[in-house]
Amino acid sequence: MAEEKKGPLGDDLSRRQFFTKLGLGSLSIAAIGTAAFSYQYLEPNVLYEPSPVVNAGKPDRYPLDSVTLDVNNGIYIIHSAEGFFSLSAVCTHLGCLTAWKQELNMIACPCHGSKFEQSGKKIEGPAPKPLPWKRIWINDDGDLLVDRSTDVPALARDSFVRV
Amino acid sequence: MDQYFEELQTTRVWRSVFRSGTGSSTLKRALAIQQNVFLHLFSTKVRTRMLSFSATWYLGTLTLGTFLILVATGIPLMLYYHPSVPQAYADTKDLQFVVSSGLFLRNLHRWSAHAMVFLVFAHMFKVFYRGAYRTPREFNWVIGVILLLITLLLSYTGYLLPWDQLAYWAITVGSNIASAVPVIGDKIHFLLLGGHAVNANALLRFYVLHCMILPLTAMFFVAIHFWRIRKDGGLYNHDSEPATVRARNGSAVGKEAR
Repeated sequence: MAEEKKGPLGDDLSRRQFFTKLGLGSLSIAAIGTAAFSYQYLEPNVLYEPSPVVNAGKPDRYPLDSVTLDVNNGIYIIHSAEGFFSLSAVCTHLGCLTAWKQELNMIACPCHGSKFEQSGKKIEGPAPKPLPWKRIWINDDGDLLVDRSTDVPALARDSFVRV
Repeated sequence: MDQYFEELQTTRVWRSVFRSGTGSSTLKRALAIQQNVFLHLFSTKVRTRMLSFSATWYLGTLTLGTFLILVATGIPLMLYYHPSVPQAYADTKDLQFVVSSGLFLRNLHRWSAHAMVFLVFAHMFKVFYRGAYRTPREFNWVIGVILLLITLLLSYTGYLLPWDQLAYWAITVGSNIASAVPVIGDKIHFLLLGGHAVNANALLRFYVLHCMILPLTAMFFVAIHFWRIRKDGGLYNHDSEPATVRARNGSAVGKEAR
């Protein structure tokens, strides 16, 4: 049996151990790199999703004291005495589309029975949070626009738009 | 007819494929198992008693049976189904009403899927109450739990594919449950759907998961699961366990459970 040679740095690694460590180290780095690239690959960089800003049309479409559900965009346009405001129609529980119940004067979720007031305030769970208010304004053409990606404080003066 | 078959079995071509040869000797029968690529995962010898219905209720085998039906019906369904938003629902309806035998294949796929979920649970209950999960079979129980999860994920991903209201909202709710995971929940939700909402990317991802990734993963673990039965000493039978194992596992419980 030949005596194990010391490495050039004078440590206790034999040549075989050195190359094993070098090989495993390189493989680990390659594996981490592959994992990172795979993760990046799985995350889409461009999404072909609808714009968060929705054109809700002219304000006169919405009579006073009305709640109108926009099914395709998942928002309510509500014309109250204080002005127009917009609520998310997506239930804060698990994302189902809620519906306005005129006869009960409340917003109800068909999936698990959450109930909300017209102002989005929670009446009954399982929803953990009230329906968020969305930014609403009038553009130069006189159309109501709603930005679904921006929450605004509920019942605040600036969260209404007046025509 | 039998004579021709026997002659066929002596030909060089036949013997090159089936090397063990025929015959009813113990050795020949053992070789027939051991030299078959599919059967060699199993024990070459099994106690007759373990093949009786009462020992296992055949629940594991029946689960495999439903899985094979699902593969055999799923592949032809893929020939008519396009995983795209404009076509998915229409294709599903075509399979129901237009394609010859489409209704039969789709319903067979659907009912087998329900049966598989039921059988997996029944199999696990049987194994649990017999105490068959205990030493040395703990690892095979873990593999079984992984297979349970894969079964549920297959069921979940397949549910979206008809792209009807039921599917859409079920996946909306289900994926929102995933985002309840602490810290990385929203990331999981985003990666699973390939976006922020159930849409074209989500449909495609669920399709690939349902038809490629999950079935292949299932087959991988099923192979280990079967192989481990042999490696862990065959199908569990309390009375045939070594005395040391019986003592360690608590004999009284085992006897009653059996």
